Amino acid sequence: MNPVKIVLDMPNDSRAKTLIVALTLCLVCSILVSTAAVLLKPRQEANKALDKKRNILTIADMMQPGTSIDEAFSKIESRVIDMQTGQYVDDMDPEKYDARKAAKDPKLSEALTKDQDIASIRRQARYATVYLVRKDARLETIILPVHGYGLWSTMYGFVALQGDGKTVKGLGFYEHAETPGLGGEVDNPDWKLKWVGKEIYNPQGEVAIELIKGGVGASTSNPQYKVDALAGATLTSRGVQNLVHYWLGTSGFKSFLKNVTEEG
Amino acid sequence: MDADVKKVVYDPLIDNNPITWQILGICSALAVTTSMNTALLMSIALTSVVALSNMSISMVRNHVPGSIRIIVQMIIIASLVIIVDQLLKAYAYDTAKKLSVFVGLIITNCIVMGRAEAYAMSHDPKMSLLDGLGNGLGYSLVLLTVAFFRELLGAGSLFGIPVLPLTSEGGWYQSNGMMLLPPSAFFIIGFMIWGIRAWKPKQVEKPDYRIHEEQNPDLI
Amino acid sequence: MEDILSLLVKSIFVENMALAFFLGMCTFIAVSKKIETALGLGIAVIVVQVITVPANNLILNYLLKEDALSWLGITGVDLTFLGLISYIGVIAALVQILEMFLDRYMPALYNALGVFLPLITVNCAILGGSLFMVERDYNFVESTVYGVGSGVGWALAITALAGIREKLKYSDVPEGLQGLGITFITVGLMSLGFMAFSGIQL
Repeated sequence: MNPVKIVLDMPNDSRAKTLIVALTLCLVCSILVSTAAVLLKPRQEANKALDKKRNILTIADMMQPGTSIDEAFSKIESRVIDMQTGQYVDDMDPEKYDARKAAKDPKLSEALTKDQDIASIRRQARYATVYLVRKDARLETIILPVHGYGLWSTMYGFVALQGDGKTVKGLGFYEHAETPGLGGEVDNPDWKLKWVGKEIYNPQGEVAIELIKGGVGASTSNPQYKVDALAGATLTSRGVQNLVHYWLGTSGFKSFLKNVTEEG
Repeated sequence: MDADVKKVVYDPLIDNNPITWQILGICSALAVTTSMNTALLMSIALTSVVALSNMSISMVRNHVPGSIRIIVQMIIIASLVIIVDQLLKAYAYDTAKKLSVFVGLIITNCIVMGRAEAYAMSHDPKMSLLDGLGNGLGYSLVLLTVAFFRELLGAGSLFGIPVLPLTSEGGWYQSNGMMLLPPSAFFIIGFMIWGIRAWKPKQVEKPDYRIHEEQNPDLI
Repeated sequence: MEDILSLLVKSIFVENMALAFFLGMCTFIAVSKKIETALGLGIAVIVVQVITVPANNLILNYLLKEDALSWLGITGVDLTFLGLISYIGVIAALVQILEMFLDRYMPALYNALGVFLPLITVNCAILGGSLFMVERDYNFVESTVYGVGSGVGWALAITALAGIREKLKYSDVPEGLQGLGITFITVGLMSLGFMAFSGIQL
């Protein structure tokens, strides 16, 4: 007799049938699921990489209609740096290095003390991927990855600086879950525009940039260091200020910026 | 046969709507309706899962031992959801990012389990597929309606295309911030239920208590 | 230590599973007619949550994550796509065990909960708790704290709603809003209220 028919004819609640049904189901489902996962993985990885490139280009204001993302991104040089020394690390591949993952690995990161951790990120990876744009051997743009806690979520973004290492070219967050309409206005292009041309460091080399309530007006002193805070979003604004202070301060990219601007 | 098909697909749209009548599938209806794009994608994902799971469960219904019935249903549903999740990450990465955990939550979406138990276990595959489709459409109807109001009044756009120019971008429409916050979804569904029951008085629930006429002369 | 406390308070109030993320709504709205049943269900949810979130955390870190199987000597294998099935499997098994336990030792509660006990398996809040734990990459201790917090938050919300609904029974609600409609609007107002907790930092 046909073995399949034998199985189907068995009473449903018999032990043998229960086992056979359970095993067959597990087998069929796992094959289907694994096949889908394996077949689709390359496409998913490509999507993730493209998304990352698009984020960087948008914040550095380098997105050009008509050119593909890969083409526009080819003008950008990605390097891995050591956060402490501020020097390039050439034996690490910037394409493969994932700073977010590394921050959780005790071998590649450090826990921060409460005093150090003004951006509430708890751990910092030892290395970071930075992006540089050079024009005719001169450094034009420096793009640095930043992240810090806002009100509801950790905001991930980039700060783009001019070749002098202190004037802001752009700032933006590609991932956050702040309150739509309030803290979520970090995505508002008008607000992002307010950062362009501002200076991060004062002549003494300290991080002087701050977000102030009430806005920057004609009577504000040193307006080049001040940006309007977000209306009704005190904690998100504070979060932005803290993360900028952290990543552009001594625990962050300050030593790197010093090195890269000196070497031109 | 045709009358049955029509009934199975049309009933869940209003008369037997999974959200406003069967009280199923509410969780995701509230969280993903801030924009029409996410609502649409979620609707498509859920409708595919419920239709396919209904059909698959119906195909094996005669051979499932009673003791593992629920687990069998769960495994079939979970596998389908994983496949849909993988497809979304591969072909619609941006929106998939916004849906994040809610795609996985389709597994526990009561509509899927509910229809599997209530219909697929006792009907043939073709009708089960259609029942899944009908319920998915009923769900999508509510989701898209809520998202329509939330996106239009909260962000002044539909499907990401600006319709009402916002004051923050130089226009005249002061966006209704509450619409972008989660509680607004509750209010909108509450009013939808009010509207549906005004249209179809059969759905009105009887109150547990009614003030006695002598206490309140207005009620006579 | 402050992180743990902050996480606990956040998961109970600010990120309340029911009122901020709307998970577990079906049973939330269906079982909230009487305070006793709501409280019973809430406690059952806390128990399930406290056990499943840390258990799933262990499964994720020692079985599924990339290179997680290195303690067995197998590297380069990433099984995270099996996550959903594993978590729901753990939850289903645990609810089954809880059911048998209640049936044996607390039959009154078992009878009161009736069909809603197996429904905990499909309660989005339980699976949602595990999924949020995965996304935020909590360690074992944080997972346990989050399990306690999210369970307590959900229980708190459903008991509060039951209290309100019991009072609402005596009100003159318009016909079309009777029952389901007014419950939705009440929950909307409750969730607006819970938003006031945002911004609390310990």
